[in-house]
Amino acid sequence: MAGLGHSRGRGKGYMSFSIEAVGIGKGENLPPSILQPTPLFPPVEHKPVPLVMGEEAEYMLALKQEFRGNMKNLPFYVRPAVSKKDVERYSDKYQNSEPSDNTIEWNPDWKRLPKELRICVKKALKENTSLSVETTVDPKPRKKTRVDKEEIIHNLETLEEEVTSDEEEGEKKKQEEEQQDGEEEYDEEEFEEETDYIMSYFDNGEEFGGDSDDNMDEAVY
Amino acid sequence: MTEEPMRGNRRSFRHLPQNSTNSDVGPPAYQRGWSANIPSCNAQLFGKINLPVSAEIRCVVALAITCVWDSEVVLRGFSRNSFHDLKGCFAKHMTAQEVRLCGLLLQEHFGEVVERIGTHLLRGGAQNLRTIANETNTPLDLVKKSLCVLVQHGACEFGSGRRGPGSPVEYRASCERVLRVLRYPRYIYTAKTLYGDTGELIVEEVLQRGHMTMSNTVKTVADRLTHNMEEGRSMEYSEVVSAFSKLVETHFLQRCPPVAEMGTAATSTTPATPSTPAAPASTSPPTAESNPDCYKLPHVTLIGRGKRRRSSDDSEEQRGGKKAKMDSESCGDEGIYWLVNFERFHQHFRDQAIISAVASKLDQTSSEIVRTMLRMSEVTTTQTAAYTQPLSANEIFRSLPPNYSISRPILDQYLSLLVDDPMEFVGKSGDSGGGMYVVNLQRALANLARATLESVVQERFGSRSARIFRLLLRKRHLEQKQVEDFAMIPAKEAKDMLYTLLSENLVQLQEIPKTPDHAPSRTFYLYTVNQLPTARLLLQHCYKTVANLIERRLFETKENKRLLEKSQRIEAILASLQASGAEPEQLTEVEEMITAPERQQLEALRHHINKLDSTENQVDETVFLLESYIFSTKTK
Repeated sequence: MAGLGHSRGRGKGYMSFSIEAVGIGKGENLPPSILQPTPLFPPVEHKPVPLVMGEEAEYMLALKQEFRGNMKNLPFYVRPAVSKKDVERYSDKYQNSEPSDNTIEWNPDWKRLPKELRICVKKALKENTSLSVETTVDPKPRKKTRVDKEEIIHNLETLEEEVTSDEEEGEKKKQEEEQQDGEEEYDEEEFEEETDYIMSYFDNGEEFGGDSDDNMDEAVY
Repeated sequence: MTEEPMRGNRRSFRHLPQNSTNSDVGPPAYQRGWSANIPSCNAQLFGKINLPVSAEIRCVVALAITCVWDSEVVLRGFSRNSFHDLKGCFAKHMTAQEVRLCGLLLQEHFGEVVERIGTHLLRGGAQNLRTIANETNTPLDLVKKSLCVLVQHGACEFGSGRRGPGSPVEYRASCERVLRVLRYPRYIYTAKTLYGDTGELIVEEVLQRGHMTMSNTVKTVADRLTHNMEEGRSMEYSEVVSAFSKLVETHFLQRCPPVAEMGTAATSTTPATPSTPAAPASTSPPTAESNPDCYKLPHVTLIGRGKRRRSSDDSEEQRGGKKAKMDSESCGDEGIYWLVNFERFHQHFRDQAIISAVASKLDQTSSEIVRTMLRMSEVTTTQTAAYTQPLSANEIFRSLPPNYSISRPILDQYLSLLVDDPMEFVGKSGDSGGGMYVVNLQRALANLARATLESVVQERFGSRSARIFRLLLRKRHLEQKQVEDFAMIPAKEAKDMLYTLLSENLVQLQEIPKTPDHAPSRTFYLYTVNQLPTARLLLQHCYKTVANLIERRLFETKENKRLLEKSQRIEAILASLQASGAEPEQLTEVEEMITAPERQQLEALRHHINKLDSTENQVDETVFLLESYIFSTKTK
């Protein structure tokens, strides 16, 4: 701001313009300069005009509050998943807890959304559920063919996203096929799908260490 | 608005040749910046400051230079500029106040997760999925869900990335669209006044869900209406369908634009500026209006009645719901989604504002004439037209409502009165057909905005400051002495008021140097008011006001959360007791669980929250006027 600081030493405080021109007379008392930010609630000299009251205003108020209330109950109100409690409880499977992260409670039109946003649609939990374990084996070869197809379509740059979206797409495919069958216990399979290991192969090591009680001199590898 | 020649004292400009540009006289552009039109100033500044710094530092630099806007920080949130050339709401500059308000609205309606994602998108421009997830530290699935919600409601759009069809999809949020949420009650109420309860529910449902198919809407609305009717009666689908068709015919509802294919070549080429050698492959998102079918109803026949929901039928309802879902799939209109056409509602509001202004300035009959003229030009006027198509007096006479039987000469007199009125709502554009008349929409909006500004100054600073403000609006540039003379206010007080207005940035100071060395003693200092920048300033104040109101309301709710929960619990107990037929003594016992002071506190709380909510609605009316005015000047 080179242009503005020319005049120097014209009496009280050099200002860049002649103070007579703006209207401050000579020797007049100026209010002291304030060196702090304006107060948070400045005093209001003039009271504001009262609000418009009437049928229309009240009706719109009711509309607004109802709308807000309704939005909170719709599936569009995204709540983050509740963090896992300290100990897994048996009742968790059957209690309708907060929605988990990787499901979506409403059914958008996936054709209008980019592929990468697909998440499986959550189905309502039913009370009398039956575990169908045999279907867990099927997605593996289906996954493979989908992986091949995906790699052709997507470029290398989207490879990262494929890794996570593959699992979900495989699940979604399975989901669509099972919709016609009727009730399925969904959570179990999803839980099992998240890990890379097939649950039936899991060996929780209870039998380990029972054999080699006799020969304690040998090293255990 | 056209620049009127300066009236009054012309001695200040005597030395200037008539058509001198300001470049050879006066301080350079960046110095003049502090009193000039701010948006163009910003553009100049940002054009010059091409440093590779982050957005925040750039804002600080801008803040130091544009000292007029001391309270707002203009965020130009993208260093990557590929979407920069695109016109439309997605390339807008967003101020901090707007982003804050958008954040609060998203939080109230969609939750905190969506708020975080939305605010991040608003601040940062177009980004892809990974970037959003990393920068907001949100799990990928929550990000996906939030983006689905935002796209569903039209607040976010996606397009292929900057680097061509192969790059990851990028998402952009629209500040303007999120701010519309504030106006939802007004849209719903307008639908009610125009099309009754059915129309109201249709618009409400579509607003709640973002976009819906026609069959889905019809069924949901029929069910809701049936629920409110007395026992044994239910709502026919056909009635709902007719209300829906009326809404579509009058363009209040429109089809969703078809989703642009990703990976195809850009259909609209953006002109490549010399500084960007690689032309971006992003297409401008297709608008709803670009679809020729956007107001065509699908050919579906929906026959049926609304179903009444009963609490005991929940399990049946689920199965019935599933059956209904399968029915809707066979309805024949999947893939055709409808959304609310906000621009059409805005047109309606604007017309309403003009008509009521005419009614209060002149009389009822004049307002009816203007209403007739506006109604006749509803379909022929484009959204951004400065004035309606010319209408002949004969046509107007024929189209007047039958209960307003005025004779032809009286109509002509009224029309000439309207034309002569200084507010210039109606103009005469020709003499054929008994006189061709237009409604000056742009001028009407400018006048309404000016009236708003004047009334704001009057309410905040008193009627004498308002007099000074009006004077400056009309006379453009005045010296200190002239202000005192014209406003007939003693010098000391006039000075005081001027300085107050100056400190609030409602009035600006313009330097006119007499000599090339800008000596202060030989420079004129003129006070001036520019309507457009002042309107923008007030609009930002309005956004800040609404954001403050929402925050205060959230604070009040949080403070009394315990009490509110207790009262909700007691109400639930009461309701269940009443349903199971309890005795009055039990009911009173339960009611007494809330003590009298608590009841008072609850009452006060409810009163406060209602007041805050109502205020938000009313500030939104001002926001609408100012936004319409600013938007109408942009499309010059």
